Amino acid sequence: MKTHDFINALAEDHAARPQPQPLRWTFLTAMAAGLAVAAVAFALVLGIRPDVVSAIQTWRYDFKFVVTLTLAVTSARLVWQLARPAADARSAGVAIAAAPLLLFGAVLYELWAIPASAWLPRAIGSNSVACVLSITFLSIAPLTAAFYALKRGAPLRPGLAGAAAGLLASALAATLYAMHCPDDSPLFGAIWYTAAMALVAGAGSAAARRLLRW
Amino acid sequence: MPCNETEEWSGNRVREEAQWADWMRAANAGDSGAYRRLLEALAPFLRKLAARGFAKAGLSAGDVEDVVQETLLAIHLKRQTWDADQLFTPWVRAIARNKLIDNLRRRGNRTELPIEDFVDVLPAEAASEELSAREAERLLSILGGRQQEIVRAICVEGSSIREAAARFGITEGATRVALHRGLSALAVAYRGSGQ
Repeated sequence: MKTHDFINALAEDHAARPQPQPLRWTFLTAMAAGLAVAAVAFALVLGIRPDVVSAIQTWRYDFKFVVTLTLAVTSARLVWQLARPAADARSAGVAIAAAPLLLFGAVLYELWAIPASAWLPRAIGSNSVACVLSITFLSIAPLTAAFYALKRGAPLRPGLAGAAAGLLASALAATLYAMHCPDDSPLFGAIWYTAAMALVAGAGSAAARRLLRW
Repeated sequence: MPCNETEEWSGNRVREEAQWADWMRAANAGDSGAYRRLLEALAPFLRKLAARGFAKAGLSAGDVEDVVQETLLAIHLKRQTWDADQLFTPWVRAIARNKLIDNLRRRGNRTELPIEDFVDVLPAEAASEELSAREAERLLSILGGRQQEIVRAICVEGSSIREAAARFGITEGATRVALHRGLSALAVAYRGSGQ
């Protein structure tokens, strides 16, 4: 096959669909759709906790969202940088540390603020298994959406891109679940939310190695 | 592929970058002529990168055109991943490097020859219009009957969509779909061909 003729074929194919949707749009619309599906599932299966009005006035409840939303924003940026060839992912990779650092600070404060005898009960909480399962379950739609966008992208490091997609999906899922979850202590979040996120990120990385080659 | 930065961004490269980025922007805005010019301009550049990579791996330059075509196909199918606010040349290089590595991996580094034996005989700029590759043509054989005929007519015989449609007695729309599916299938076949 002559390269000149092959280019002819590619140009003909370009002429047939001259304006492919920019990846930025694919990514944004896919994530919006994935989040919407997860939000509907959340509303149908779990729902917001009944005492939300008083909970909102406590820093521990609010801080859950500071951490999960920080992670969602930073991991979205990392996915975006990893989805395109030659895009620099280093600063996005460094920024991903923001959410763990915030959480770490809150854990230190919690250990200082409450008596040692309360550490273990708060860390174990009332609903740890449900927490891990729910966040994992709510991650499915956003993770599928992120994979759809990455499949149209061209990640040079699929394993890393898949892990970042897993973090993004589980951060969105955790943001939803945090509205339901009765456990607000940073000790609880640091263990169980983190466990669920690690699970989803690991699954994302493993799946990406198979699915996101191009 | 470590590259010499000063060589990379000296005069010609800077002009090339501006020209290529212009063409790509025009292509993304729907200008197929600019797109064709861009791919024609990229082919010798990709050929040089591939030849250099083959020399480093100690391979003869015989199958370089396979990599050129595989890279052009990847650039084509992933053109939506170039963002107008990023440089174009590094984007092309990253894709070329990725496809070169894929290709070398598939070959499994069968050949181990001292690089020095080849460096001198490598053509600095092999720009023949008649350069041909075997791999893509071989991979086309996995496509189904009519689809294969259509893709062959356009990729190998240089027909236009209109000519191919007339020849096979189908609509231009159906020809376009067959071509696009065929090209996507070709990209998948490249990935699987080493396993």
